[in-house]
Amino acid sequence: MFPVVRIQREDFDLNAEVKALSRDRVDIGAVVTFAGLCRDEGGKLAALELEHYPGMAEAEIGRVAAEAVERWPLTGLVAIHRYGLIRPGEQIVLVVATSRHRRAAFEAAEFLMDYLKTRAPFWKREHLSDGTIGGWVEAKADDDTAAARWN
Amino acid sequence: MIDSLTETRPLKLVYFAWVRERIGVAEETVEVPHEARTVADLVNWLRGRDEGYEMAFENAAIVRAAIDHVHVKPEASLAGAREIAFFPPMTGG
Repeated sequence: MFPVVRIQREDFDLNAEVKALSRDRVDIGAVVTFAGLCRDEGGKLAALELEHYPGMAEAEIGRVAAEAVERWPLTGLVAIHRYGLIRPGEQIVLVVATSRHRRAAFEAAEFLMDYLKTRAPFWKREHLSDGTIGGWVEAKADDDTAAARWN
Repeated sequence: MIDSLTETRPLKLVYFAWVRERIGVAEETVEVPHEARTVADLVNWLRGRDEGYEMAFENAAIVRAAIDHVHVKPEASLAGAREIAFFPPMTGG
């Protein structure tokens, strides 16, 4: 099973990705999806600008996805991460994991998200509602802790 | 063989987010002295170039590095590196 990794500016369709993983298959018992959306932070935020490292972003998410495929008996795995200007309510990231049973799909999806946050080369900058460009979002220690628990 | 006769070698460096902003360019190829053998050596050498680099690396412990698209630690060797990247802790997802 080869994981699908896409880094793109365009939006994605969660349902279409699920359908693509389950088409013509009768051995899948569990589909877990995670979609990360852009929040407006109580009206403060006009958009998030996502910068990425082309080439490394694909490679690094691919390495994490390959690790998930090693660790859990998955039938399918998709990771999509957008870059560019993303407005509140829009989707930023998608993970879909499918397997025969739910635990593998739940765990693989969570593992992928935890690692993607600390290892995938993306950086967020806030564009504020008053028209100014805010600062770069700081990394959270919580995210490192979340990723470390898989070790 | 030629390398041993010259004092420097060209290295392609790329920068992202606030590291890029502080240094002022997204990428460059610089002649780096052969004495700089590790990522940490390279950072020390870059810091001496001008204020922008000094600002970018003032808290060197938090700046992350990658060699040829793979995360590396400061003690990683530069030998054979085609592209070295410096960037802040990642905030994707």
